[in-house]
Amino acid sequence: MTQFLDISGLCARIDADGQEKEILKGVDLSIPPGEVHAIMGPNGSGKSTLSYVLAGREDYEVTAGSVNFQGKDLLEMEPEERAAAGLFLAFQSPIELPGVNNANFLRTAVNAVRRARGQDELDAVTFLKTARAAAKELSMAPDMLKRNVNVGFSGGEKKRNEVLQMTLLEPSFAILDETDSGLDVDALRIVAEGVNRLRSPSFSALVITHHQRLLDYLVPDRIHVMAKGRIIHSGGPELAQQIDREGYTRFLAEAEAA
Amino acid sequence: MAAGGVSHLAENGRAKWAKVSHPPIDYQDLHYYAAPKKKPGPKSLEEVDPELLRTYEKLGIPLHEQAMLAGVELPEGETSRPPMAVDAVFDSVSVVTTFRKTLEEAGVIFCPISEAVRDHPELVRQYLGSVVPVGDNFYAALNSAVFTDGSFVFVPKGVRCPMELSTYFRINAKNTGQFERTLIVVEDGASVSYLEGCTAPMRDENQLHAAVVELVAMEDASIKYSTVQNWYPGDENGRGGIYNFVTKRGACRGARSKISWTQVETGSAITWKYPSCILQGEGSVGEFYSVAVTNNHQQADTGTKMIHIGRNTRSTIIAKTISAGQSDSTYRGLVRVLPKASGARNFTQCDSLLIGDQCGAHTVPYIENRNMGARIEHEATTSKISEDQLFYCRQRGLSEEDAVGLIVNGFCRDVLKELPMEFAVEAQKLLQISLEGSVG
Repeated sequence: MTQFLDISGLCARIDADGQEKEILKGVDLSIPPGEVHAIMGPNGSGKSTLSYVLAGREDYEVTAGSVNFQGKDLLEMEPEERAAAGLFLAFQSPIELPGVNNANFLRTAVNAVRRARGQDELDAVTFLKTARAAAKELSMAPDMLKRNVNVGFSGGEKKRNEVLQMTLLEPSFAILDETDSGLDVDALRIVAEGVNRLRSPSFSALVITHHQRLLDYLVPDRIHVMAKGRIIHSGGPELAQQIDREGYTRFLAEAEAA
Repeated sequence: MAAGGVSHLAENGRAKWAKVSHPPIDYQDLHYYAAPKKKPGPKSLEEVDPELLRTYEKLGIPLHEQAMLAGVELPEGETSRPPMAVDAVFDSVSVVTTFRKTLEEAGVIFCPISEAVRDHPELVRQYLGSVVPVGDNFYAALNSAVFTDGSFVFVPKGVRCPMELSTYFRINAKNTGQFERTLIVVEDGASVSYLEGCTAPMRDENQLHAAVVELVAMEDASIKYSTVQNWYPGDENGRGGIYNFVTKRGACRGARSKISWTQVETGSAITWKYPSCILQGEGSVGEFYSVAVTNNHQQADTGTKMIHIGRNTRSTIIAKTISAGQSDSTYRGLVRVLPKASGARNFTQCDSLLIGDQCGAHTVPYIENRNMGARIEHEATTSKISEDQLFYCRQRGLSEEDAVGLIVNGFCRDVLKELPMEFAVEAQKLLQISLEGSVG
């Protein structure tokens, strides 16, 4: 138990075309404050499902287990309450909101969580100043704040926009769901630097990725291997190179044997 | 009485093509004229119906503006906002008219049509019924037969009307059908922006509202007519609510004249309405921007008609339809290009947004082109507020209702930005209020 994020025995299923499908089959995972953990694993192992269940997506039914987030029962909270409590999910495929101005969306979101956290709301001028500075650090074109949320953004722009939102919402715990997918090396570095800037004793992250490459820039404290709905192996940052060389076969075999 | 003959007409003349359904209306059972029993007009906000004030409050209208909307005179020194002249219609008789003097100095006539008949008979005689003939359609005939009041606006040659003109209609007497008549005439080179907004307190019986609005724009004249309509839509089981059967039409008589309709329709049990433009003058321009929201059991069949008669006439139609609950919404629009309208152009965009899985959205465009040189474009989309969009917004800290409001307002942005500032904020809130409880 870390008293920050403790997931224990988490099971969840989804109703897929009338068929109940068990995806998470007893996930145990603890992340202490200030640490960045990575989850790697083959396709269909339940990595994205875990991120959705933690963020409160209603399509998934939690059938067993518990999630304790900073002393609260996370599973009892609405998605917006989880956001206010400090949880942020960077989406694998960020959603488009036609006609909704990006800056307006960001300010509405930032002020919603500030209100919920008992902080003063930001006025338009202060907000824009902060947002512009944060966008610049992510090498985003200035007009991206004026455009509609994610509409017509390239893959790389969408991912940067996620990191921009994360920066402005000041979460204590961020989940990055394959934020590296579809990024070229330069964009990858910029995104990783964006996350690294947030690293502090009061910020933790769970990074879901397929590739070791992101972890070169965003060195995690721990790496977990996920397969068939469970964490089957955990280790230090050196695990990434091992997976890159050998794949998941050995861990899968070990898990079968155990 | 005239209504007897009209009710006979009902059996044959009522529009049967509209995609709306309601029990037959007993035209003999309606009250055709109801004047307020009490004193003529409120002197302060304390005297205004608290129901009306609650609606204003929910819409976030500032106090001094509430007073203005309710027809209370402004205290001295309240000049922080651009002035708006308000002609409040409480039932069928106009009881409060403000800013009369400023307008008079500019030469603008803005008064109840009952007064205009008395004071400016030559103008009324010349233009009344010239855009919407008495026999145009059943409800126009009914209105022409029984109308008692409404608004009259006349802007003389070369005058830009010094303020936005606004009329608040409200139905508050039992079983009162309202038959407003509005006539706006703008002479050469003159312009006016007219705002019409409506609220109605809770009512049980269905009430009929059959207004007629006629606009006339001469050479280089421009008329901007904006409507926010949120009459009582009935309860969530479809009981009660207003029947809103309105005929609105504008004639661009002069060259380069322009008529622009903007409407936000959220209320009424049934809306049946097609603000139209007759583009007669060479190079005249017609515009129609519409947001129609239906929830619960509301029905709306609305759209526009753009009749291109003159050369190089242009029209733009942007219609946004939002359906929620078990409601049904139809866009019905006609673009007609006559043989002499060389170089005519039209662009139409119809977008429908569905909330939930029990509502309907329909798009029925009629295009009649008799000039080979004309260019007509029609685009249409239908979409749903997706679970993905809602979840995305909620993950960023927005409540479900705020998320729906944000997405809906984004969807309507192209139309809302056409509204005068006074209405834009109100309209955004109205959309959100109208859709309360439609998700989840």
